[in-house]
Amino acid sequence: MDTSKLVRRSENEWVIEPDSDPRAQGMRVPGVIFATETLVREMDEKVYEQVANVAKLPGIVAASYAMPDAHWGYGFPIGGVAAFDPEAGGVVSAGGVGFDISCGVRCLHTQLKSADIESCKTLLADALYARIPAGVGSTGAIRLSPSEMDSMLAGGARWAVDRGWGSAEDLERIEERGCMAGARPEAVSEHAKKRQRDEMGTLGSGNHYLEVQRVAEVFDERIARAFGLAVDDVVVSIHCGSRGLGHQIGTEFLRSMAVEAKAHGIALPDRELACAPLASATGQNYLGAMRAAINCALANRQILTHLTRQVFADILPAARLPLLYDVSHNTCKVEEHVVDGRKRTLYVHRKGATRAFGPGHPDLPAALREVGQPVLIGGSMGTCSYVLAGVASPAERAFASACHGAGRSMSRHEATRRWHGRQIVDELAHRGVLIRSPSMRGVAEEAPGAYKDVTAVVDAADAAGLARKVARLDPIICIKG
Amino acid sequence: MARPVPYWEHFEHGADIGVRGVGRTLAQAFEQAALALAAVIADPATVAATTAVDVACEAPDVELLLADWLNALVYEMQVRKMLFGRFEVSIEGTRLAARAWGEAVDVARHRPAVEVKGATYTRLAVRQLDDGRWVAQCVVDV
Repeated sequence: MDTSKLVRRSENEWVIEPDSDPRAQGMRVPGVIFATETLVREMDEKVYEQVANVAKLPGIVAASYAMPDAHWGYGFPIGGVAAFDPEAGGVVSAGGVGFDISCGVRCLHTQLKSADIESCKTLLADALYARIPAGVGSTGAIRLSPSEMDSMLAGGARWAVDRGWGSAEDLERIEERGCMAGARPEAVSEHAKKRQRDEMGTLGSGNHYLEVQRVAEVFDERIARAFGLAVDDVVVSIHCGSRGLGHQIGTEFLRSMAVEAKAHGIALPDRELACAPLASATGQNYLGAMRAAINCALANRQILTHLTRQVFADILPAARLPLLYDVSHNTCKVEEHVVDGRKRTLYVHRKGATRAFGPGHPDLPAALREVGQPVLIGGSMGTCSYVLAGVASPAERAFASACHGAGRSMSRHEATRRWHGRQIVDELAHRGVLIRSPSMRGVAEEAPGAYKDVTAVVDAADAAGLARKVARLDPIICIKG
Repeated sequence: MARPVPYWEHFEHGADIGVRGVGRTLAQAFEQAALALAAVIADPATVAATTAVDVACEAPDVELLLADWLNALVYEMQVRKMLFGRFEVSIEGTRLAARAWGEAVDVARHRPAVEVKGATYTRLAVRQLDDGRWVAQCVVDV
């Protein structure tokens, strides 16, 4: 991105002023990009356009934000955050949430040290790979009747726990206590439900994974202790979303919002920015369906957690796998935020961005309230992941949001030209990281070198005051979809 | 030298992949775009045409029709756990009727790389070039 078009407000804060450029004409609020100079220069020029375009939508509040890992998305940038006020004609956008609704990361403790799993690493990798359905065409063991489907869409992880796939303590450690309120299963199409029929408890493909990881470094001892993390602890991270159901809801509402925009009096700078007034039938139906998809993602990660616990119980009976936390990074949520000294109820879109509530936030479970919300940042296969913490609210930025991952730096084609899947698996095995995947082409496409440096992204988030760095997690086993 | 028509290709788009079909007619461009979509997941040449699936869509304009067509295929592939390797499309105005041939996913043989979540409106374009060829393209989310 050309930084001459930006105003540098501070070391890691770059502002697009309304009307400062032909592309910035009609912005209702500024655009703000949180990134180091290196990261902002590496960003595609399209990110500038997309941040500016989001700022043109009706009812946007404060600013259109981009996180340090922002890259070119559909309409909204991936790594974009924007809040809309229903009282100011605000909108909800399917493209502002993304196709994979409530895609997210959860992290489980194991109460084991890395030395405890050394002798059974291969066994564990093979058993996880055998138990966790991953990749194209894979199905889960659970079949839902139409009424059970609706119960799942209304209940989320709480539904899964009621079915025996987890414990009540798990729910404390999930955003929304494991159940997104306001879900409307009847707003979810039959097509979307049909796509989900045999997909419960599946990982998916692409950048989704289940990893066994080692806490390799702790940056903040106090918060790490509160999170229950110490160097050499073994944890399990699961990255996946709402599967076919969420994809179908995203597809259908993107279309209806695009087709109806004109009738709603909304001029779209780009069809991908399709949105509907919060005060419209389509807007309300999307919110109901999108919340049902959030519950689907929470239930899905809960079932995967159950399968993971079964595998550990078989191989390492001493292990206990309580949940550290579960975050979603493709959502639209109703939240209260103070803007210009006034508390307002806003619809906060986070697309490839993680909510990062600071210490004292009432939505946090008691055990975490003093230190802030765990912010789980997934890395690319074979590199590393991070645990961050939300920062105190006086310093709250971008409606308490932080980055979500590394972000690709290279196309899938380029990656397959450069690397072979087998070669990557062998090289990582040599470094002690076991990869299990049904697709070697998939592994090549997800090569670690095809991603941005997640450490640079996390350092920028920390330096920009979006969240505080707590711990680094290095992979030991990766089940790749 | 110009490539023999019809053909399909992928184009680069950051984290995702663009699919493009080029044909002598609009319908042929749609068939080729579908092959490009199929090739994101697995090599269409490895997919046997054992089962036929009929698809019909209608949209306000031909660009949305392309997105609808590709999304209908994404849906059918996922619900049926199938891959497709051959397509026959007819289009009248903004109404499409098509048949797709393929078979059940066989991970060992097809070695599918990645699922497609949906066709997006990013770089969505359907147009006729000066030389008469039709181009149909968009980015798909993987």
